[in-house]
Amino acid sequence: MSDKPLLKKADFQSDQAIRWCPGCGDYAILAQTQKTFPEITEKKEDTVFISGIGCSSRFPYYMNTFGFHTIHGRAPTIASGLKMANPELSVWLVTGDGDGFSIGGNHMIHLLRRNVDINVMLFNNRIYGLTKGQYSPTSEQGKVTYSTPMGSIDYPFKPTKLALGAEASFVAKTIDKELKHLQAMIKRANSHKGTSFIEIYQNCNIFNDGAFSHLTDRDTKEEQLLRLEDGEPMIFGAEKNKGIYLDGTSPKVVQIGKDYSIDDIVVHNEKDRFIGDMLANFTSSEEFPEPVGVLYCKERPSYDELMEAQMKEAQKDSKKAKGLHELLNAGDTWEVK
Amino acid sequence: MSKKAKLETVDNVTIRFAGDSGDGMQLSGGRFTQTSAIMGNDLSTLPDFPAEIRAPAGSLAGVSSFQIHFSSQEIHTPGEKPDVLVAMNPAALKVHLKDLTPGGALIINKNAFTNKNLKLAGYDSDPTEDGSLEDYYSTHFIEMSKMVELACEGIDLSPKLIDRTKNLCALGVLFWMYDRPLEPTIDWLNKKFKSKPDVVEANVRALNTGYNYGDTAEIFTTRYVVKKAKLAPGKYRNINGTLATCLGLLTAVEKSKLSLTFAGYPITPASNILHTLSNWKRFGVKTYQAEDEIAGIGAALGASYGGSLGVTASSGPGIALKGEFLGLAVITELPLVVINVQRGGPSTGLPTKTEQSDLFQAVYGRNGEAPMPVIAAATPGDCYYTAYEACRMAVKYMTPVMMLSDGYLVNGSEPWIIPNPDEMNDFDAGFVKENLTDEQYLPYKRNKETLARGWAIPGTKGLEHRIGGIEKQDVTGNVNYDSDNHEKMVQIRAQKVANIANELPPTEIFGEKKGALLILSWGSTHGACKAATESLLEEGLKVAHVSIRWISPLPKDLKDILSNYKKILMPEINTGQFRQMIRAEFLVDAIGLNEVQGKPLGASTIVAKAKEIINE
Repeated sequence: MSDKPLLKKADFQSDQAIRWCPGCGDYAILAQTQKTFPEITEKKEDTVFISGIGCSSRFPYYMNTFGFHTIHGRAPTIASGLKMANPELSVWLVTGDGDGFSIGGNHMIHLLRRNVDINVMLFNNRIYGLTKGQYSPTSEQGKVTYSTPMGSIDYPFKPTKLALGAEASFVAKTIDKELKHLQAMIKRANSHKGTSFIEIYQNCNIFNDGAFSHLTDRDTKEEQLLRLEDGEPMIFGAEKNKGIYLDGTSPKVVQIGKDYSIDDIVVHNEKDRFIGDMLANFTSSEEFPEPVGVLYCKERPSYDELMEAQMKEAQKDSKKAKGLHELLNAGDTWEVK
Repeated sequence: MSKKAKLETVDNVTIRFAGDSGDGMQLSGGRFTQTSAIMGNDLSTLPDFPAEIRAPAGSLAGVSSFQIHFSSQEIHTPGEKPDVLVAMNPAALKVHLKDLTPGGALIINKNAFTNKNLKLAGYDSDPTEDGSLEDYYSTHFIEMSKMVELACEGIDLSPKLIDRTKNLCALGVLFWMYDRPLEPTIDWLNKKFKSKPDVVEANVRALNTGYNYGDTAEIFTTRYVVKKAKLAPGKYRNINGTLATCLGLLTAVEKSKLSLTFAGYPITPASNILHTLSNWKRFGVKTYQAEDEIAGIGAALGASYGGSLGVTASSGPGIALKGEFLGLAVITELPLVVINVQRGGPSTGLPTKTEQSDLFQAVYGRNGEAPMPVIAAATPGDCYYTAYEACRMAVKYMTPVMMLSDGYLVNGSEPWIIPNPDEMNDFDAGFVKENLTDEQYLPYKRNKETLARGWAIPGTKGLEHRIGGIEKQDVTGNVNYDSDNHEKMVQIRAQKVANIANELPPTEIFGEKKGALLILSWGSTHGACKAATESLLEEGLKVAHVSIRWISPLPKDLKDILSNYKKILMPEINTGQFRQMIRAEFLVDAIGLNEVQGKPLGASTIVAKAKEIINE
């Protein structure tokens, strides 16, 4: 890449009218993506956006790259096949909490464990938007929706925790309104080889407005957000005076100053799975701040790399030209005159 | 050679090997098949095994069998009633005795007729002792287990392993009876158990023991010679439908310079396609064992989107799961080959048995107006040409294609003239070239002749575009909900599939060009219908057989062909699915012959039905 981007944000904007509801968090995510892409690629023809079904899954239509709007929950399967066919492509998968973790939950966990080099953007608005307001597998218990008039009795997933459980090699979280942070996470995902999983808290202003307002309101957010930086202590709060302290293996929130100094605070290590699991557990808890940033990142060979290596190994000594003839004539043969 | 036994020449023999799942009957049958193939007989085989990997030993549920029909004449079916039944235990006898031709040879492993095994098979008294068999069959009660035990004395193998060689002993007896050489089997054993010389030695001794028993025991009065069949000249090998299918796929990608990406999920009886292709990485074949059936077709379609030829294979229940993706492949107009190795249904049904009951599923089984080409293989070897054709049409017409085979075709085998792939037509993937203008690429612009859209693969400059499952505007491919556009796109997709009929060769008619009766078949009933037609023609009846390869679209000349016969008979291993289609399409009063017993139709059943219709 040259220092100055060859492409501009406008190069990534398609000519299609955007049909999300006015005020939807998806707009911000789309804008940040279009803004970031000139910095991460010079060849938009090598970029492919793949999605399933749902509001977020309309995303590929608005990106002027290659795009495939597939069927509900199945985007990981198409993306995996595509990456197998052409490992050179930069493949991005856009999904939602219903698409990716309800109907497509099986594909999502297998994508993560295989570690195919694909970047996943999970738009989590904790509601079904396109079908007009049913609870999702990330909706909180007790949520009243059209399908749960007495409140949902389903217990929700924590997507980052599920991703780690599925052996994801890169797990991050960000928020639609955290524009710079969102851009940074897109760049980090892009540079990670293997499946990169970014959960993006996204506001649905029609069916679940304000689901994340405590994390986005100027007055409250710094008290609620734990902004993760690799190698930095886990401190938070408007005054930067709170931190995460490990009491044995139990984390707790402490005040920095009197009883605890900055040296007592856990230092974030993206490669440490124990820390990753701990942070994922902080999701939506009463006790802990909401972590944003890279929870866990540790490279291991990606599926497509391993496959290419096997293909290369198998083809090492073969003379492909006569391969088919050889196979057809293998085993016992006889002539009839 | 025996001094006592006389040699008699016969044209046709059907042998059935039957025993417990662990008795190695598939192996015995396979070796007899290979030897008969090398001897130049025409042949056809039918393996039949239980769905359970190891049902309780000695139980009726655990019986596994292998039937081979071999002949000095051209044959088309694995035979109906066996002339020889090998029963390795009481359960095998109980299950298969009813099929043995009266007067046929019954070869039994006497040592397996223990009280426990007799009880498991439901016998009150031992049929090898109570005289119930001798009056009806030519019986040979041989102490195979004991014989191999004695023969293998001094070999350092467990008694259990030595007992396992009794299938080779049975095979040796059969080789003696039908005057076949042992060498091909000994060569094969040497290769197969290269690193285990003791195992080779034990098996060779067992084989010789069986052969010598025939030679010296003086209990057989006759040996039989089945001469070479007069087959078309050429170089032959024996082939089953699974291997033929895989070779067909490989030929298609070699002839089109495409890469092959196969993605599938384990399911009987389709899994062997995944296994075979997984060993062909050296030919550039990528295989992917997906997390489920849906992911299998999704990854295959994703690979096609990326410019590889995506192929998936399954059986009925798995195809049901793939249904939504078939619709996506139809609307996004991407090439894709979906192989359905049919088995007995509905639901899990009869996983290891054959049936032709997924025809409606293949032709109609999707939501919306989602036409899709459907091609069916007629014989094990024909799977090669069918798979190649499915790939060629998928690429040329930018469409998913369903290839139908079935349990009988993939597991059955026949002698096969080895095709020369140099003589198969090349075809071009025809990827859209890069677009260096400022104009937007138009993904739904079409080839005027075929109506296929362009294959514009990611990574190609200037072709950035979006596709998906929402209805698209003609030409531009933009999301479009307009009613007139939708109707137009529905019609274009249907016309595109119909256009395939323009390049189908004239339908082959076997028999009379006009006459009393046309036997119309599709898929694996081909062999039985052809054999029945041969027999009817020999009797001077004015009949013909037509086997349909492309079920969707149907060949254009079929309507005229149907009009040339007074009656039409349609044998199918379902309750009449193709017959309904033919009646609806051509308004003809086709008569069905339908069996759903999990096994191939018999030619004699078809002959009887044909005569009944002609004589009406």
